[in-house]
Amino acid sequence: MSVTTSTPVATSAGPPPPARVHWQHRLAERGVDRQLWLLTPALLFVVLLFLYPFFYGLGLSFQPTEGGPFSDYARFFSDAYQRGTIWTTLGLSLPAALLNVLASVPIAYRMRGRFRGKRLVTILLVVPITLGTVLTAQGLLNFLGPTGWFNRVLTALHLTDEPIRLVHNYWGVFFSLIITGFPFAFLLVLSYLSGIDPTLERAAATLGAGWWQRFRMITLPLLMPGLATTFCLTFVLAFSVFPSAVLVGNPAGETRVISIAAYQAAYEQYDYPYASAIAMIMGLIELVVISVVLFARTRFYTGSTGGKG
Amino acid sequence: MTAGTKAFTQLRLEGVSRRFGGHDALRDLDLTIEAGEFVALLGPSGCGKSTALNCLAGLLPLTAGSIWQDDRRIDTLPPERRGFGMVFQNYALFPHMSVRANIAFGLKMRRLPKDEIRRRTDEAVHLVRLEEHAGKLPGQLSGGQQQRVAIARAVVLEPSLVLMDEPLSNLDAKLRLEMRTEIRRLHQSLGLTTVYVTHDQEEALSLADRLVVLREGRVQQIGSPEELHTRPTNWHVADFMGYRNLWTMRVREAADDTVAVELDGLRLIGVPVGPVAPGGEVIVAVRPEDVRVDQAGATTNAVPAEIEVVEYQGRELAAEAVTSAGARVHLRTDQRVAPADRVTLSIDPQRLLVFPGDPAAIRHADGAAAVVEEPGLVG
Repeated sequence: MSVTTSTPVATSAGPPPPARVHWQHRLAERGVDRQLWLLTPALLFVVLLFLYPFFYGLGLSFQPTEGGPFSDYARFFSDAYQRGTIWTTLGLSLPAALLNVLASVPIAYRMRGRFRGKRLVTILLVVPITLGTVLTAQGLLNFLGPTGWFNRVLTALHLTDEPIRLVHNYWGVFFSLIITGFPFAFLLVLSYLSGIDPTLERAAATLGAGWWQRFRMITLPLLMPGLATTFCLTFVLAFSVFPSAVLVGNPAGETRVISIAAYQAAYEQYDYPYASAIAMIMGLIELVVISVVLFARTRFYTGSTGGKG
Repeated sequence: MTAGTKAFTQLRLEGVSRRFGGHDALRDLDLTIEAGEFVALLGPSGCGKSTALNCLAGLLPLTAGSIWQDDRRIDTLPPERRGFGMVFQNYALFPHMSVRANIAFGLKMRRLPKDEIRRRTDEAVHLVRLEEHAGKLPGQLSGGQQQRVAIARAVVLEPSLVLMDEPLSNLDAKLRLEMRTEIRRLHQSLGLTTVYVTHDQEEALSLADRLVVLREGRVQQIGSPEELHTRPTNWHVADFMGYRNLWTMRVREAADDTVAVELDGLRLIGVPVGPVAPGGEVIVAVRPEDVRVDQAGATTNAVPAEIEVVEYQGRELAAEAVTSAGARVHLRTDQRVAPADRVTLSIDPQRLLVFPGDPAAIRHADGAAAVVEEPGLVG
């Protein structure tokens, strides 16, 4: 980018007919100017922390310890125990992401606009984001465990005879994903909702639409692209679940997610190429889900929604 | 589903008030609107005109008062059950729906048969001359076209009342004039009843049958355009209706239909509006176009002055002059005056209105206001 070397070129353009446009102007017309330098730190990070490790892992996954370049991929898919981790992970992350998004909508809908105590409620809803997975897992074990408050209350009320198992299984991980994923989804949905001009719903009301019709026909269609994006982001977060699957799940059984499979390949069997192959498969599945959702997103109106958010 | 299309003969607002926190946005608005009337709510920003409109539409609950459609109380109904059409300042078109779907929205909400929806939508599209654009999204239209869609969407339901909230304020000057005519044309041809909110006195005067001037949440005057133009009831209304010259002066002599006022040796004769008494502080209001320049034979209210600033305005010039007493005079004239010209200004006494002064004198008044030191004797 020699643009920035601001050597003031002598304006040698001959006076009469074709007054040549200065090369700096021509570059600026194509969006090349000094502000491009502002992108350097970001580019550096992407190259060093994402592109290099990614391609390194991709290369590694095609160099298995034995067999041809694709033999580690074949090994993963031919082993039902390994293959099953895909369904286990999807079975956790898809419902969790969906629930996070769906639960955010009514709450965010009620919370847009200004009201007394809004900041307090927002803080309460968002606090779990700051807790981290381990603390959340700790809390879940104490609260939902066999001798936790939840079960003690149920037993005291004679609603159950023996404690309900809510940790060290599917539900433990599921709750953990909700607790950590919801604040994230809520903040995103709230900002998308505040971006929709509230006058639109008022206009619909004067045209005879009741509250459900206003939501169904005006707000929801305008919100859908935002919900799709939110779903993708919370899904990716949930799909790479690892700590809570170990801490509040059953990592040898029903919550043996794909990241555990990759972890075991890398740090128990020390088979880095196999672990890389599993990581690539993981990325590919995320990519497929996101593509499907984003393709569906293009079917909605994605232009301006007139708000100030 | 709604009783919206049902016509009425009279819409009454009784003591309609709205408070926000401790602040009165609108206070005791009493107004009777006859069917077919075009009423404009007029006032500077923050005067409560939009609040009044939103209360009427049902988008804001009242804090006191009631609204009656003939004998039916409607202020407790939600907006969707009032059946009023509303046009918003920012148009509020549904951005994800085509022009046609926007216009058909209200008809759909009424669950009308499909072919009737199609027929009435076509009519409305035709009415606002948007046939070529019916399939487009609002974002693809110009401001004027969007406004026409908003109007079509409101009138397609044949509402008993159409509410318009500064519908022209986002348009450029040329388009604003065109749309003004269009709105008046629609009002007449469809026999609508319209309540129109604006801060533009010219717009209100040209459109409305009756004007309601609001200030700080209170009604100042209700009357025909001509009444407001020639006989504002107080100096606030005068200020708003284009009486740009407002001078704080003192009464020398007062009779029933004429009053002599004075300030620093400047002596004028005018018409009293409201009670004025000798020695009292008054506010004198004159329109710029009522100030004559060098008129032959003018003896009453003739004042020597010097031109200071001149603005070219086509056939006329707008100028600012300063009298020897220091009072600033805004005037409009077709004579070619230039800065530093010495001229004689004259004002027809019938066009010089003398209002009782009030304690909170004119804020934007020129230095002259400070000259009067004693508190006003009239009120």
